Amino acid sequence: MNDVQQPDPRTPQQIRRSRNRVLALSLAGFVVLVFFISIAKMS
Amino acid sequence: MTTTSPSPAATLPADWRDLFALTKPRVMSLVIFTGLCGLLAAPERIHPVLAFTAILCIAMGAGGAAALNQWWEADLDAGMKRTAKRPLPQGRLDRTTARDFAGVLCAVSVFLMGFAVGWLPAAILAISIVYYAVIYTIWLKPRTPQNIVIGGGAGAFPPLIGWVAVTGEITLMPVLLFAIIFFWTPPHFWALALFVKSDYAKVGIPMMPVVAGEKATRHQILLYAVLLLPLSALPWWFGAHAIYGVSALVLSTLFLALSIRVGLRERSGPDDDMKPEKQLFAYSVLYLFALFAALVVDRFIVL
Repeated sequence: MNDVQQPDPRTPQQIRRSRNRVLALSLAGFVVLVFFISIAKMS
Repeated sequence: MTTTSPSPAATLPADWRDLFALTKPRVMSLVIFTGLCGLLAAPERIHPVLAFTAILCIAMGAGGAAALNQWWEADLDAGMKRTAKRPLPQGRLDRTTARDFAGVLCAVSVFLMGFAVGWLPAAILAISIVYYAVIYTIWLKPRTPQNIVIGGGAGAFPPLIGWVAVTGEITLMPVLLFAIIFFWTPPHFWALALFVKSDYAKVGIPMMPVVAGEKATRHQILLYAVLLLPLSALPWWFGAHAIYGVSALVLSTLFLALSIRVGLRERSGPDDDMKPEKQLFAYSVLYLFALFAALVVDRFIVL
């Protein structure tokens, strides 16, 4: 097995963009979840 | 913080995959599963959205605690073969990002659980995070070979939280589920510690095989496996049905048989492949999955 860590071929901008996309999706998911929690608590 | 061989500083921005790896996803899968089983085995029902939220909070809390653990132990991890490829020892993340990420996960999990599901499960979740990140990681692990025994409580909380999220009260059955994981943890981790003993010795963590020796560890594994057999069957006595009871007896008897093999043998030499110990470790994971699955199946089939 090769134990040497391969360097990340992506640029810092690409890494940051990918992370921001995941963060945006997580926040959107959180908002949707809070909406459904509100509905569930009212029912 | 611990100071062995310092982990290198990150040069690139944090990738989300590395942040995700901080949460120990493989451990989290067992936490989610046992939490879900506690939630499903409870004698009442909860709105599916709230059930999903409870499991999400358990997962986030466990992930946050695991990230705090990796943040604290980054230098120790760098010195052990098993953990050297984690994001912090590899320098793919800086420590401040890891600590902040862990803090946000822990805080959001507790407050979301409190607002959406209830403040009792939220309080137990908060206790479990402090138990793992502070009592186990910072206090016990570097100080005593009994770290796994007392620290095992941290991993035992999820089914209790899942159950309490549904019922809103702590009763005997979820406490029994807690106790089963509590007594399962030492043989599970000591089986691992036996075959990665040199790693722990290298970084000075006083795991049982390092401090008390292999023979004592093997006897302790056997002792806990003996105790686990009747304990795992106790839910049958207190309300579970035959599907769970028979499964618990069969699974725990096999656990005991593998533990006897480990408990009564000695390492043949430095080249010993430690196959019985590796088999016990692998089976112990399967055991917990199967035991909790049996609890849920038992509940739904009888319904």
